[in-house]
Amino acid sequence: MSDKNLNTDTQKESSNLQTQEPPFGGQGGFISRFVPINMENIDTDQIIPARFLKATTKDGFGKNLFRDWRYYNDDASKTRADFPLNMSQFDGEILVAGKNFGCGSSREHAAWSILDYGFRVVVSSFFADIFKNNALNNGVLPVQVSDAFLQRIFLQDNNTELTVDLEQQTIRINPTGEQEQFEINSYKKTCLLNGYNDIDYLISLKEDIQEFETQRA
Amino acid sequence: MLCESYLSYVLCGKKQNMAKTLFEKIWEQHIVKTIDDGPSVLYIDRHFIHEVTSPQAFTGLNKRGINVLRPLQTIATADHNVPTLNQHLPIKEELSRLQVETLKKNCAEHGIELYGLGHPFQGIVHVIGPELGITQPGMTIVCGDSHTSTHGAFGAIAFGIGTSEVEMVFASQCLLQSKPKLMRINVEGELNKGVVSKDIVLYILSKITASGATGYAVEFAGSAIRALSMEARMTICNMSIEMGGRCGLIAPDETTFAYIEGKEFAPQGEAWQKKLGEWKQLYSDRDALFDNEIFINAEDIEPMITYGTNPGMGIGVTENIPTTETINDNDRSGLAKSLAYMGLQQGAAIKGQKIDYVFIGSCTNSRIEDLRMVASFVKGKHKADDVEVWIVPGSKQVEAQAIKEGIDKIFEEAGFVLRQPGCSACLGMNEDKIPAGKYCISTSNRNFEGRQGAGARTLLASPLTAAAAAITGYVTDPRSLPSKGVLRTNPSAGGAFNS
Repeated sequence: MSDKNLNTDTQKESSNLQTQEPPFGGQGGFISRFVPINMENIDTDQIIPARFLKATTKDGFGKNLFRDWRYYNDDASKTRADFPLNMSQFDGEILVAGKNFGCGSSREHAAWSILDYGFRVVVSSFFADIFKNNALNNGVLPVQVSDAFLQRIFLQDNNTELTVDLEQQTIRINPTGEQEQFEINSYKKTCLLNGYNDIDYLISLKEDIQEFETQRA
Repeated sequence: MLCESYLSYVLCGKKQNMAKTLFEKIWEQHIVKTIDDGPSVLYIDRHFIHEVTSPQAFTGLNKRGINVLRPLQTIATADHNVPTLNQHLPIKEELSRLQVETLKKNCAEHGIELYGLGHPFQGIVHVIGPELGITQPGMTIVCGDSHTSTHGAFGAIAFGIGTSEVEMVFASQCLLQSKPKLMRINVEGELNKGVVSKDIVLYILSKITASGATGYAVEFAGSAIRALSMEARMTICNMSIEMGGRCGLIAPDETTFAYIEGKEFAPQGEAWQKKLGEWKQLYSDRDALFDNEIFINAEDIEPMITYGTNPGMGIGVTENIPTTETINDNDRSGLAKSLAYMGLQQGAAIKGQKIDYVFIGSCTNSRIEDLRMVASFVKGKHKADDVEVWIVPGSKQVEAQAIKEGIDKIFEEAGFVLRQPGCSACLGMNEDKIPAGKYCISTSNRNFEGRQGAGARTLLASPLTAAAAAITGYVTDPRSLPSKGVLRTNPSAGGAFNS
């Protein structure tokens, strides 16, 4: 069975709940400076430690993003001057990190904290699967680039702007013009461009799901 | 004649192309529909939930004004936030208490069975599913928890999901999923003495790294895997996520069926026979193709321990910590930072490293066989004076069984504390935390910075290696201590310990 029209009709009908304002649909792409964290295997326990997962809402996780790398002794008044989030020269809505970003725990709180802090794009040369899904489900775009391109970004100065064009699936280092294509599954791309989400679509399949259950019984 | 042989050639060729992996057989049985150039709508048989990753999903449902579509296929427990001492008292920490109470309220509103604190079935979600017979071969199983891969030991597609996806399963009993690539890891041969299933998985991790299976569903196969008990198999599948695997699975066999038979929610009578027939079809066909295949020689594995801050940074307990020259490429850039955090030196021996805490528990190693293994090993021995030893059973049932067998007495005599069921010191969320700077040898699954508490230093190992450290107070090769051959009575627990 297949559903060719999903990306247009079904979603439009069922989607009156748009969880995020889609920032990636505009002309010319998404332009921002970036914050580099040049470390590999950044796990979700670093992104948001477990002791901050006790909330029952999705709000307010940004202040604890990378909590134990940002502060000494869990004290928000003792900032670690050498951590990029604390360095005033870095700013922007794009986070750039080493390979295997988001490994470990499935906590969606990691994506919520990144979004709540103000990032809309994460660039890495490799993403852990669950984090990638969680990011996409929250309107945070994971952009997977080659190791070489990632190193090129890390070499740029702190005023450099990047352009992420979801429509064209490209990421560009603006001052140098270096550009790379990135992969994204076309369904997820359509969702992000239009602010659609999976749950509306799945709810619209109620009859198909019931039929499936009946056939298996 | 020609026509006939041509026909048989075509049919035969087609038949060969039809060879399927275990994963594909289960996957295809659960596809509701497939979106062109997109993901598939995958039907979910069992949905486990706990207090940490479910509240926002319930809020989402409530905002839409809809109910959980299939509450009877949803099973809840409280594990991450629960204390492991004095569980009869209210949870001290306010936010933890609120999260557990929220789960109770949500389950009541949506008609979901909750095995909460005080219930005889309460425990770590990945321990109770299998021990209650809820986890069965051929199923699709999800939970807002990455260690859902544990359930794959039964020949199920089981994987961790985020909270948005928890909400999707609540609303539709389905998820949109792209089919992962397929990897098979074959472990052939016999395990050395003192080597158990935790060592197998730590060894695989040390070879393929913490991202070696990202994007893959991993099937574990080979004679060394077949020889394992169900609980030992669960330990391996549990940590497939630490390789980045989407899920880990093992083909069900007689060991699997014998484990499930008679469990609380296992099929019975005619239904059992029918299921058994279906389950026996669940294996990778001889000609089935994998995108990647890895072969491991069981004899090469020795008791393992991690020295760094990701689970791929492991070595044999008699080996030295790698240097930037000897480490594999994947971990080179992180080595100095990891060792600085751990307070360890490049090239130094790990054996003899002082230990402050021993934690035996978590969804990786808190089942009755783990406790039996430790009890057999420490019987008649006593812990080192300056070491604190926490034994945390995975569930109320495990706890009850341990007490029934007198294992609690052995622990008491050894100076160990048998606590109550929960995730405990695995994740630095509840009251059980390892203090900053302290070394903990742990049977859990993650040695990330701060995982067991801010600043805590974790060394992952098997229950046996952890028990050996509890006795001496430092990292010890379990084979170097007398064990009176007691573990020979339970060879299936992932290897024999024959002294």
